[in-house]
Amino acid sequence: MAVPVAFFALFFAYPVAAIVGRGLKADGVWQFGRIGEVLTRPDIRDVLWFTSWQALASTALTLLIALPGAYVFARFDFPGKQLLRAVVTVPFVLPTVVVGTAFLALLGRGGFLDELWGVRLDTTVWAILLAHVFFNYAVVVRTVGGLWAQLDPRQEEAARVLGAGRFAAWRRVTLPALAPAVAAAALMVFLFTFTSFGVVQILGGPGYSTLEVEIYRQTAQLLALPTAAVLTLVQFAAVGAILAVHAWTVRRRETALKLVDPARTARRPRGAGQWALLCGVLLTVLLLILLPLGVLVERSVDTAGGHGFDFYRALASVDAGGGTFLVAPLEAIWNSLQYALVATVIALVIGGLAAAALTRRAGRLVRGFDALLMLPLGVSAVTVGFGFLITLDKPPLDLRTSWILVPLAQALVGVPFVVRTMLPVLRAVDGRLREAAAVLGASPLRAWREVDLPLVRRALLVAAGFAFAVSLGEFGATVFIARPDRPTLPVAVARLLGRAGELNYGQAMALSTILMVVCAVSLLLLERIRTDRSGEF
Amino acid sequence: MSTTRRTRQLAASAVAAALGVTALAGCGSSDDSASGSGGTKGSGSKTVTLVSHDSFNASKDVLKEFTKETGYTVKVLKSGDAGVALNQEILTKGSPRGDVFFGVDNTLLSRALDSGLFTPYEAKGIDRVAADTRLDADGHRVTPIDTGDICVNYDKKYFADKKLAPPQSFDDLAKPAYKDLLVTENAGTSSPGLGFLLGTIATYGEKGYQDYWKKLESNGVKVVDGWEQAYNEEFSGSAGGKKAKADRPLVVSYASSPPVEVLYAKPQPAKAPTGVATGTCFRQIEFAGLLKGAKNEAGGKALLDFLISKRFQEDMPLNMFVNPVAKDAKLPELFTRFGATVDRPTTVAPDLIAKNREQWVQSWSSLVVK
Repeated sequence: MAVPVAFFALFFAYPVAAIVGRGLKADGVWQFGRIGEVLTRPDIRDVLWFTSWQALASTALTLLIALPGAYVFARFDFPGKQLLRAVVTVPFVLPTVVVGTAFLALLGRGGFLDELWGVRLDTTVWAILLAHVFFNYAVVVRTVGGLWAQLDPRQEEAARVLGAGRFAAWRRVTLPALAPAVAAAALMVFLFTFTSFGVVQILGGPGYSTLEVEIYRQTAQLLALPTAAVLTLVQFAAVGAILAVHAWTVRRRETALKLVDPARTARRPRGAGQWALLCGVLLTVLLLILLPLGVLVERSVDTAGGHGFDFYRALASVDAGGGTFLVAPLEAIWNSLQYALVATVIALVIGGLAAAALTRRAGRLVRGFDALLMLPLGVSAVTVGFGFLITLDKPPLDLRTSWILVPLAQALVGVPFVVRTMLPVLRAVDGRLREAAAVLGASPLRAWREVDLPLVRRALLVAAGFAFAVSLGEFGATVFIARPDRPTLPVAVARLLGRAGELNYGQAMALSTILMVVCAVSLLLLERIRTDRSGEF
Repeated sequence: MSTTRRTRQLAASAVAAALGVTALAGCGSSDDSASGSGGTKGSGSKTVTLVSHDSFNASKDVLKEFTKETGYTVKVLKSGDAGVALNQEILTKGSPRGDVFFGVDNTLLSRALDSGLFTPYEAKGIDRVAADTRLDADGHRVTPIDTGDICVNYDKKYFADKKLAPPQSFDDLAKPAYKDLLVTENAGTSSPGLGFLLGTIATYGEKGYQDYWKKLESNGVKVVDGWEQAYNEEFSGSAGGKKAKADRPLVVSYASSPPVEVLYAKPQPAKAPTGVATGTCFRQIEFAGLLKGAKNEAGGKALLDFLISKRFQEDMPLNMFVNPVAKDAKLPELFTRFGATVDRPTTVAPDLIAKNREQWVQSWSSLVVK
């Protein structure tokens, strides 16, 4: 536990505390009166109210739409399932500017809905809610579906044999087992939507502002550190409260589960009902996720002289950007992969250690640490970035211009995913299996390798996939630190979009499409690794 | 019991992995430290670090020329948009990440000067720089590098099709003929948005600008958060806007946007698809300065001299789409052919902006953003 604690103290708690302290202190004296001053401002109260209710609505809508998806991906076998599972995760990593573009094409003027029924949703709150579902669909499908696929369906069947109805069996057997995962997924979606930045800015227009947008504005634009510090504390408090509730519900429901190989639980759908469910989910995915992504691809090949790959060819040359970059935009792919790989390794090590420690020990202190690990998701990138600047500024830790800062910042956001995904599975491992192995003469290492690892491997890969995807798409922190000669994909896209001209716009779309493909392929590879080895157990 | 040993086992492998990461970090940063640590050695240093915002660009040849002339290699560090980059410098005052900061404009100048960010230095050749851009001529804390104009751009095709003359002035924009045509940026979050607001304040005064915006509001002005959305999503004249079926033929952008539309079109058209309403312009001036606590002061001074040299000034327009401040620098043909000449741009004094900015933006927000 020492390693994750040290990591978080140094790269999270210290920088954030320093920047908040700078805002709340004047001439060395704490000014807690500022908290009251800021919170009673009517504009800030409006922001708080909007932030809360849109996050609640978004989370509810996401669960409603994505839970059937989680079931279908967990229990049904159909052609192209792996590919589709990788593809639904893609939105998660795309820069919000790009996604906003795609979404406007569907919901805005002349969009899909407009042409069909004359319905336009841009600058309404519906656009924000739907975009949040688009972004977070994968969180539910992967977190809930990952566990669901490993629940033994025979337990439910046994209950039915013993006379329970279909619904009662599901409610008594499957639901309690799934509840921690559903809670974890809901929590993550809530956190993401509560701290939503890009989606709200683009689709909502300036009339809507979340706490995160306001923190950014106060810090980055106005350098109003006192106000930003108060808002950061409010966000802390809110996130802390959510985490406390979550920890309480999870503790009440966690039990050791019998986990099985997911390959054995999935089968072809049978009967009209199951087919209808499958088709419904596929249709949702098609309309909500594939269509916006398709728009991006279409725009990336839509050149002045008809459809073609001109924009992609332009990506390979240094000059086409007119000096936008010191290197060809294509090199950004390689940069992104390298950063994301290092960030994933850091996140897995830190998150894995933390999850293991949390499984092994109990007590208030450990539970507090559990909540603490989630905080990076609830703290704005600009706060962390500015905190880095004023704390990591002395040798040997003058990392401000070092490239390692990028994966470190990305890992901060990746760790919570690793912990959340690993924890339910780790806690569900039946300790008796391990004891049985020990009784039969296995060394602790062997017992861990033979008992824990096979059961945990899938969760580990899911976690790695998440951490990798988050790192690939991370923009907020990266943009502060990425060096101009080594831009990441999202940074490169943003720079291209920041300029007028057809070639720049086209290249931005082409690069987004590549980001999409790189992400899908990476996730697909991860799934492959899993299935290749699943035969071992 | 076995559990504790298992934890130890996990910890051991984690440490191994962490070491791996550190090793990776070691090789990754080797090129960095070779140039970066040079900066700490003071006078003997061969690297000079320029901190700037995301829009900074220079061609490789020009930077090489600087190295050939002075022996210094330029390392560029970009961090976010102009406001973010400056605020980061203010936060790290005294322990800067680089030697020279480029990119503080007249809307933020007072904030930078008041916070004592820069060491005074009179750049060589400053007498060649247009006098009206030298806002700190006595203090020499900052050196003007470029100017740019924030102006309303129009979609030429739209106005030709409608047989309607494009608007020319702020007054025009409030006329019924141009109802529901203009899209602008949030003055609270976007620098062209702020520039446009300042332009109206310069024109109608601190009392009159609110009335003007009420008129714009009832004339259907649309406000979006950033330049990217306004230009690429809402403006019908841009390449992105055409694909997005945008329906606003007027947008707040830059006087240099039309040449950019030409440069990045394939094949390049004979005429720019967009034009500039030259009576709606607000002038931005960008400055650079030597950072207090710079590790390589000599290199920083040489870099400032170079930034206003003819060579760099002539390289700048096609890299950053701004205008040179040096009187002997010639504009590229692309600018003279497709760009607009802005004769009398509006401007507001930096200390006035610093004093009122927040209040102006707030009353603007309550008028236009609901």
